[in-house]
Amino acid sequence: MIRINGRQEKAAGKSLADWLCQAGYSGRMIAVEYNGEIISAEQYPQVSLHDGDVVEIVCFMGGG
Amino acid sequence: MAENNFLVDSARLGERALQRKHELENNPASRRSPLAYFPGMEQLDSPVEEAVLQEMEDYDCSRYTAVDVRRALAHQNCSREDFKALLSPAAAPFLEEMAQRAQRETSRHFGNTVYLFTPLYIANYCENYCVYCGFNCYNDIRRLQLDEAQIEHEMQVIAASGMEEILLLTGESQQKSNLEYIGKACKLARKYFRNVGLEIYPVNTEDYRYLHACGADYVTVFQETYNLEQYEKLHLLGHKRVFPYRFAAQERALRGGMRGVGFSALLGLSDFRKDALATALHVWYLQRRYPWAEFSLSCPRLRPIVNNDKITPQGIGERELCQVLCAYRIFLPFAGITVSSRETASFRNGIARICATKISAGVSTGIGDHEEKYDGHQEGKAGDEQFAIADSRSITAMYADMSGEGLQPVLNDYVYV
Amino acid sequence: MEKMMDDCLELGGQRFHSRFILGSGKYSLQLIEAAVQDAGAEIVTLAVRRANTQDKENILDYIPKGVTLLPNTSGARNAEEAVRIARLARAMGCGDFVKIEIMRDSKYLLPDNGETVKATEMLAKEGFIVLPYMYPDLNVARELVSAGAAAVMPLAAPIGSNKGLATKEFIQILIDEIDLPVIVDAGIGAPSQACEAMEMGAAAIMANTALATAGNLPLMAAAFKEAIVAGRKAYLAGLGRVLTRGAEASDPLTGFLHD
Repeated sequence: MIRINGRQEKAAGKSLADWLCQAGYSGRMIAVEYNGEIISAEQYPQVSLHDGDVVEIVCFMGGG
Repeated sequence: MAENNFLVDSARLGERALQRKHELENNPASRRSPLAYFPGMEQLDSPVEEAVLQEMEDYDCSRYTAVDVRRALAHQNCSREDFKALLSPAAAPFLEEMAQRAQRETSRHFGNTVYLFTPLYIANYCENYCVYCGFNCYNDIRRLQLDEAQIEHEMQVIAASGMEEILLLTGESQQKSNLEYIGKACKLARKYFRNVGLEIYPVNTEDYRYLHACGADYVTVFQETYNLEQYEKLHLLGHKRVFPYRFAAQERALRGGMRGVGFSALLGLSDFRKDALATALHVWYLQRRYPWAEFSLSCPRLRPIVNNDKITPQGIGERELCQVLCAYRIFLPFAGITVSSRETASFRNGIARICATKISAGVSTGIGDHEEKYDGHQEGKAGDEQFAIADSRSITAMYADMSGEGLQPVLNDYVYV
Repeated sequence: MEKMMDDCLELGGQRFHSRFILGSGKYSLQLIEAAVQDAGAEIVTLAVRRANTQDKENILDYIPKGVTLLPNTSGARNAEEAVRIARLARAMGCGDFVKIEIMRDSKYLLPDNGETVKATEMLAKEGFIVLPYMYPDLNVARELVSAGAAAVMPLAAPIGSNKGLATKEFIQILIDEIDLPVIVDAGIGAPSQACEAMEMGAAAIMANTALATAGNLPLMAAAFKEAIVAGRKAYLAGLGRVLTRGAEASDPLTGFLHD
């Protein structure tokens, strides 16, 4: 299992790009932190997900 | 207005020395550049000098009117522009109002206290030729340097008078009064006094660190005039000729661990308004860079010296001096203001009520003559004075007079760190 | 008027004509565009949060083009977390600005000055244009200057309180002593308070809750805009004198002077 934004997801074996697309993040302005490291968008296809990985996906929202 | 004639020849100077002196006085090409550092002089990378000199250059005191002065007095915080108005001739009719405002600022920051201190000159050897100064290397005076035992004796005499703060002064001779000598004097001074200030030739940061370790923690360096062109004409020979090295002395002292630094122009050497402006800006800029430091201003006017009793503070009378000091106080309410014995007793009594926070007492600007001056007891020889003083009150008399003005004389409130 | 024409707020080498920094929290996305326009704002703050695929709307679609985005690090409880959030914000590709906001206190939401200094230093070294939100303490403000901040953002009152310039004296000290723009942030509840801060010499005002809780948000945004411009003009003009009642009776102090 892989922890993505705090939820356990079955995504082992997929590339980060594929998972993001499948989960509905395509075209959204997001930033991704993979095991504590920020991944640039061009690198999403090269990152393959393994059990135990931790992924954070963030976006902008209203704030002061 | 007649200008001061500073140049005096002595019959006792040898022919070659006299020739060299005249060459320096008359031929600018014979003098080194006032911007060229001597080997070993530390150069700081600091923007303060350029900022101060540019602002002084741009200052046109005739631009300010009564309206500007009234506005400046109405402002709760005195801006640099306000200060320039207060220094201008347009502020002269507002002197009483300025004094009232200055007194409020003084009492807000210092209460009604006035600190007393004594200067102790330990040597009058000097390698500089500063034409207005009694210690200059061409002036025919009795030279003296106190040895350790003599310094200690002077200190005992002064300490016995009750004084707790001392200012150690030397002529500017690195040969005669080297760092080690001054360091020893500081260590002795720490035995007898609660705080020790220095008024010596400017040194490098590490040297200030050494002197701080020896017991000094306040350094005063007078820039004399901030007008480089004039500075060059007045300081003809010696390390003091290096204008920027002197300018950065306070900054080096603070980096070397000194608690506080003192500043001044010698008013009367050049346009006193511009010099007063530059002095205050020098403090203002450094305060922003070193906000933990203590700052103080002095306000000496030219005085007669041995062999030249005609020197007078040109164009700056008591009213002008009072205006400068009130403007300093309003612009820099946190800064100490020292008024030396160059001024008369009546001026010092009056100005202490308005804005001065530190007054010297029991002063001699000669060398090794405190006992003689204090007791009338004469013993051995003494070195000649740097300038003629105008207020010779003893500490006891000063204490009584300050109390009489409604002020609380304070000898020290200092924790040495 | 010439004085007003070239009067710009400079932050990290960029020049802004508006001195109103608008928060985008606590109100609907649909109101953002009107708020930005009526406020005349050129800088809008944003928060960084975990993305959720259920959110179909993107706040960036509602912010007019050309507006500078100022992501904040809200949610951070220490310097490390703030740095992490700032890096994520920058990874979204909206520039180098960041407003540091570090709270270790969830009751009053007061900023942690010590951690803020640390975060400022780290982020400035990484090339961020750092605007730290802070409790107005002169010593800390000086540390922020040394740490490489592009401005300081002292709070006027507890965040969201709309209580106005509760820290007025201390903000004035920062304005007088700090060579960076002082942007008053948090607690400003009414245009009159924003105007007063600008008269004191504040470089800009940041407001959010005051608008979010107003009866008519875009109208309040316009009111703030005008108040901030008025305060700026008054500051540049130099306030006139205030007459105090009664004169102080005192002997002349300058009677001793000779010559």
